[in-house]
Amino acid sequence: MIHSLFLINCSGDIFLEKHWKSQSVCDYFFEAQEKAIDVENVPPVISTPHHYLISIYRDKIFFVSVIQTEVPPLFVIEFLHRVADTFQDYFGECSETAIKDNVVIVYELLEEMLDNGFPLATESNILKELIKPPTILRSVVNSITGSSNVGDTLPTGQLSNIPWRRAGVKYTNNEAYFDVIEEIDAIIDKSGSTVFAEIQVASSNCLMRFHLPLCHYLQNPRLLDDVSFHPCIRFKRWESERVLSFIPPDGNFRLISYRVSSQNLVAIPVYVKHMISFKENSSSGRFDVTIGPKQNMGKTVEGVVMTVHMPKAVLNMNLTATQGSYTFDPVTKVLTWDVGKITPQKLPNLKGIVNLQSGAAKPEENPSLNIQFKIQQLAISGLKVNRLDMYGEKYKPFKGVKYITKAGKFQVRT
Amino acid sequence: MGFFFPPVRCRHDDLKEMLDSNKDSLKLEAMKRIVAMIARGKNASDLFPAVVKNVACKNIEVKKLVYVYLVRYAEEQQDLALLSISTFQRGLKDPNQLIRASALRVLSSIRVPIIVPIMMLAIKEAASDMSPYVRKTAAHAIPKLYSLDSDQKDQLIEVIEKLLADKTTLVAGSVVMAFEEVCPERIDLIHKNYRKLCNLLIDVEEWGQVVIINMLTRYARTQFLSPNQNESLLEESAEKAFYGSEEEDAKDAKVEAASLAKRKPYVMDPDHRLLLRNTKPLLQSRNAAVVMAVAQLYFHLAPKAEVGVIAKALVRLLRSHSEVQYVVLQNVATMSIKRRGMFEPYLKSFYIRSTDPTQIKILKLEVLTNLANETNISTILREFQTYIRSMDKDFVAATIQAIGRCATNIGKVRDTCLNGLVQLLSNRDELVVAESVVVIKKLLQMQPAQHSEIIKHMAKLTDNIQVPMARASILWLIGEYCEHVPKIAPDVLRKMAKSFTNEEDIVKLQVINLAAKLYLTNSKQSKLLTQYVLNLAKYDQNYDIRDRARFIRQLIVPTEKSGALNKYAKKLFLAQKPAPILESSFKDRDHFQLGSLSHLLNAKAVGYQELPDWPDEAPDPSVRNVEVPEWTKCTSREKRKEKVEKPFYSDSEGESGPTESADSEPESVSEESSSSSSSGSSSSGSEEEEEEEEEEEEGSGEQSEKEEEEEKRTKRKEKESSRQAAPGSVGSEEEKEEEEDGTKEAKKKKVSQGRKSCAETSSEEASASESSSSGSDSGSKVEAKRRKPPTSRAGPKEISLLDLDDFTPPPPQPVPSSSIVSTSLVTDLEGLMLTDTSLAPALLSPAFGAVRTYELLHRMAGEGLSVEYCFSRRPFPGDPHMVAIQIQISNNTDAEVKSLRVSEPKLLSGMRIQEFPEIERLVPGDTASVVMGIDFCDSTQAANFQLCTHTRHFYVSIQPPVGELMAPVFMSENEFKKEQGKLTGMSEITEKLTLPEKCRSDHAIVQQMTSAANVGRVPCGADNEYRFAAKTVTSGSLVLITLERREGGVAQLTVNSEKMVIGTMLVKDIIQALAQ
Repeated sequence: MIHSLFLINCSGDIFLEKHWKSQSVCDYFFEAQEKAIDVENVPPVISTPHHYLISIYRDKIFFVSVIQTEVPPLFVIEFLHRVADTFQDYFGECSETAIKDNVVIVYELLEEMLDNGFPLATESNILKELIKPPTILRSVVNSITGSSNVGDTLPTGQLSNIPWRRAGVKYTNNEAYFDVIEEIDAIIDKSGSTVFAEIQVASSNCLMRFHLPLCHYLQNPRLLDDVSFHPCIRFKRWESERVLSFIPPDGNFRLISYRVSSQNLVAIPVYVKHMISFKENSSSGRFDVTIGPKQNMGKTVEGVVMTVHMPKAVLNMNLTATQGSYTFDPVTKVLTWDVGKITPQKLPNLKGIVNLQSGAAKPEENPSLNIQFKIQQLAISGLKVNRLDMYGEKYKPFKGVKYITKAGKFQVRT
Repeated sequence: MGFFFPPVRCRHDDLKEMLDSNKDSLKLEAMKRIVAMIARGKNASDLFPAVVKNVACKNIEVKKLVYVYLVRYAEEQQDLALLSISTFQRGLKDPNQLIRASALRVLSSIRVPIIVPIMMLAIKEAASDMSPYVRKTAAHAIPKLYSLDSDQKDQLIEVIEKLLADKTTLVAGSVVMAFEEVCPERIDLIHKNYRKLCNLLIDVEEWGQVVIINMLTRYARTQFLSPNQNESLLEESAEKAFYGSEEEDAKDAKVEAASLAKRKPYVMDPDHRLLLRNTKPLLQSRNAAVVMAVAQLYFHLAPKAEVGVIAKALVRLLRSHSEVQYVVLQNVATMSIKRRGMFEPYLKSFYIRSTDPTQIKILKLEVLTNLANETNISTILREFQTYIRSMDKDFVAATIQAIGRCATNIGKVRDTCLNGLVQLLSNRDELVVAESVVVIKKLLQMQPAQHSEIIKHMAKLTDNIQVPMARASILWLIGEYCEHVPKIAPDVLRKMAKSFTNEEDIVKLQVINLAAKLYLTNSKQSKLLTQYVLNLAKYDQNYDIRDRARFIRQLIVPTEKSGALNKYAKKLFLAQKPAPILESSFKDRDHFQLGSLSHLLNAKAVGYQELPDWPDEAPDPSVRNVEVPEWTKCTSREKRKEKVEKPFYSDSEGESGPTESADSEPESVSEESSSSSSSGSSSSGSEEEEEEEEEEEEGSGEQSEKEEEEEKRTKRKEKESSRQAAPGSVGSEEEKEEEEDGTKEAKKKKVSQGRKSCAETSSEEASASESSSSGSDSGSKVEAKRRKPPTSRAGPKEISLLDLDDFTPPPPQPVPSSSIVSTSLVTDLEGLMLTDTSLAPALLSPAFGAVRTYELLHRMAGEGLSVEYCFSRRPFPGDPHMVAIQIQISNNTDAEVKSLRVSEPKLLSGMRIQEFPEIERLVPGDTASVVMGIDFCDSTQAANFQLCTHTRHFYVSIQPPVGELMAPVFMSENEFKKEQGKLTGMSEITEKLTLPEKCRSDHAIVQQMTSAANVGRVPCGADNEYRFAAKTVTSGSLVLITLERREGGVAQLTVNSEKMVIGTMLVKDIIQALAQ
């Protein structure tokens, strides 16, 4: 399916290529890249006379794969993201330098992940057994002993039907942590009313360190409208009893993602008062934004950051913030205001003058405000982890649950 | 190595030195640098000889990097690449499955045409490897070989067929992938595996799931009836009414009514339902590709009422990466045209954020427009209003078009939309204005009379607007409706005539049009102007414009020469023109399979498999029947549920474990024999291949060519001997594997070992006999082999074997311990494994030793031709009601016997006979073995028929012992008791007997019983009781046997059966057998 893979940076240099079947050129891609104003607007699928190029953009790198025959595009896209995830997992970051530094491991990884363009092993636990991730310690040891990063036995996970778990894992401390992270997606319109809000997809990340338990992880499931599971979860029990039952993978993983149905009213924890205006026939405008807490159930709203893409005509901004600090990048026209914690007594406010390019017409539209925030120890949907039971093991592990509510794609139109 | 290169090119001297050194660390360093070079796209091909030497390096990392290098450059340096082949061939025999697999992987990735035969052999061998991982690799290798040499297709299809029958989840995805690349048209290969694939699907790895689901979608389209056949017709006509013209509709309606009447009420095929049911949970997969695959499956296959479930999952994917969104939205756009209701509840999920990339915005807009209807239009329009103020101008333009589409589709809001658009005409951005003009033009065409004000307003815009498309639109509008604006129109023409030379081509064309129309309606005012414009156009650079001018002049300006057309000029130009239909670009895209690349590009991609239309008549659903369906049904889920505590991921773990072992053991054994026999004697072609292979091997081993001849001889000998030794070694290896495999199989192992030893000896015999016979003999046999569908019997039998083990509780020895059954099992299994050579006669021969054989034709009576038969106790392929009879014919004459066949059967009513395929010739001293089936109608009446040769006819008859008229049934103790309770009174026959001394052990009793009748043992709690169950072959009525042993060798035999005659005869037979 996948013939070749190219990694390309934003400036259009190929810094890594790997071929499975044959070689080809990615001039068509460069053409599309040039045509697109924004990196995000490079079409994911490009058709060329002899090939099809399917690409993704992750962490300032384009992953471009070359396809010759019919294949579900999502198949390739999903795989490329899996490749990027694996790099992230191995090197801590998926950047050009990290990949260049570890080019051999990258090659070995790609070799294991694809055979003749068809995915072979994509589960990170299996890959880690086949090719050990680089650590400083290991590289020192390797250089002394001459041992290698490549495992010489077939990972047992590859053959079992629980490929996400390594065999024979032992820990001195057995721990289980659940992070319930809920993200609120919302569009708030000019007048402050909610156009659309959803606790759209929240994720529940787990860190599991066990020998080999079976877990039953109970929730109050009535809320969950649409769920996607890690393959370790047994569908049958979920369907019949609404219980999550699984043999957990080793280490950090995303157990489930769900969406709380939009029919339920979603409490919006912050409100934004804004006054942005540009005067006709003058090269300045006013900017005044206040953020305040609302329906936050007694918890503090933290980590508030506001980003605004200002119109092209804006030259400069002269603002004063009562709290936190702001930056304005005159090249990308992005205003970032890092507010921090909101204290209800003194609401944070950002106010000042916008300078426009002289002679430019007054921008017709007002920019929308993107807000990020975080509330600890609150799952806004009301979801709760009830119980964690373990079967098949005698020891008692340490169990911990953490709830966080975050802003997802939270946008205020002005 | 140095002389391979002229000294000039020695850039990589240091690397070469490092590669030549003895230290692994240096080699590794060198290889890493070389791989880094490859990664950067630099040419490292001149290092090939130095690198390829290290292919046999012990260090596994060096080895792997060498593989990377080899795969990259082998195609360019074919001769040198051959040096490495022998290493891989050795690797293929390695005890470590990882090494076997990687050797196959690299071997198959080296694109050197000369090694095609070696690859073919390696794939065939790996396809019956006992490690599922290696089998998976074999499946991956198939498309590689196919792309290298498509002539191998037929052989590869055989391998695919074999691998399709594999029951491990690991292999399923890969082999379907190979199927799709090599022979997607051979949909018939899927029939037998369809249900298995459906059941395994949930446990297959995610990438495999995608491929399997896509393939099954296509399969289902060819095999099942449309679940929407009635509704779809209604829907279609409704849609046509919306878009199409009236007459057409009326015609269609008649046809439809006729076809509606013809149709029977629809009932969904259970297999169709199975597919839908088993794919549904996958909508919750974390992998977007899987979700999409299921979504398209539902869209294309599910009844309309059930398609809705996919909407939720697709909407969830919109949270994913932007590329995923892009693809999903494309598909949603197509779906939302056909099934608008499905996505309506999720309308707000398609609202656009200012941070979305433009391409996503435009797609969301498309979806929103498709979803618009009378009830939600006001919300959508309000939303559109915000979009119009966006900074992203492309997006704004798309929004304006979207508004236009909403306005044409929903009459109620047309005026509102029009007003809104007119307001946009005063927008400061020219692009916005231009787009509005174009859309307004289209809207006005629907009801021009009421909107002369707007036309006037637009006429004024010509002074300011510069976008050619917009100018052209305005001019066309004025020309078309010049009667509504009689005063302004000539003035506009005057202005345009002034600037004519500076206009764009499309504008010029419209100016000419306007002039012509004005000339026709208002020639007094515009005659001169028109002449002027046409003169300008006459000398234009663009030939289109010149042509148009000439054409129009002839048409409108009356001259002597101008013909009849002149009269009709007005009609021609000012005819009523139908309003344009603003349609989604996604309309009709659903003729491409959704989720495919072709759908995304809206063009057929290379290798796209057309999604077939539903058949009018359902093809025969029985093709998917795997015999003994009870077993397939209870194998997987329901049953396992009862014992949850054991296997956690019931479905595959419980299943694949034992299946695998049952699968692979005999497979490997028989594979050994098949490979040796096939390469040894079957055809001269493979002989040649062998030689080639050996030559290559030598070439790689040593460079000197003088010794070659001698070595070849010695090597061949070695090979032969190693081949004979092979089965043993494989067997022991298996045991090792099995031990690793774990606890559950411990009890099974004893059995399997017993089986195995038999199999080994038999296969050795087989190969020996095969190779001793002359090369030419096997023509007819090969024929016979080909003709039999091999896999069909394999499935059910195998499963029943497994379940046998599953059902019997550990303490009593399971049935196979008796030697008779076990040998017949061995033959069964051999039949299974040898897929393409299933009926090789020699392999079945051991069965004759153990199973009782009967004489059909004595060699004296048959003038040298002797025929024996036995009941092989296998289900007869093709008809479950027939008893399979294995017939062995030996030619003891001096002459060839030709065209041996069955003819003129004289049968009692109801009896049927399925002759064996005619044996074309039988050489003196040779023996042929064939299978025929007879339906005895559950009676012991003999079947009489003639056995004909080319010269003689022999009257023969086969009379079955009553014990052969049944097939074993496996049931639990409770079921047994329940059934027994139903069969009392007349149906029960009880007899007392005394067991002789030697027949009092458990073992002996079971053995005698199973040899007397083809029955299966039923587990039993009590020590002194034995139970057996069977069903008669034709009518399927139960036969239950109970033997209760009492003190002093006294025993009581009870037979319960509906068929009293059979019961009585069976009692007699059993007593006789036990008394022996």
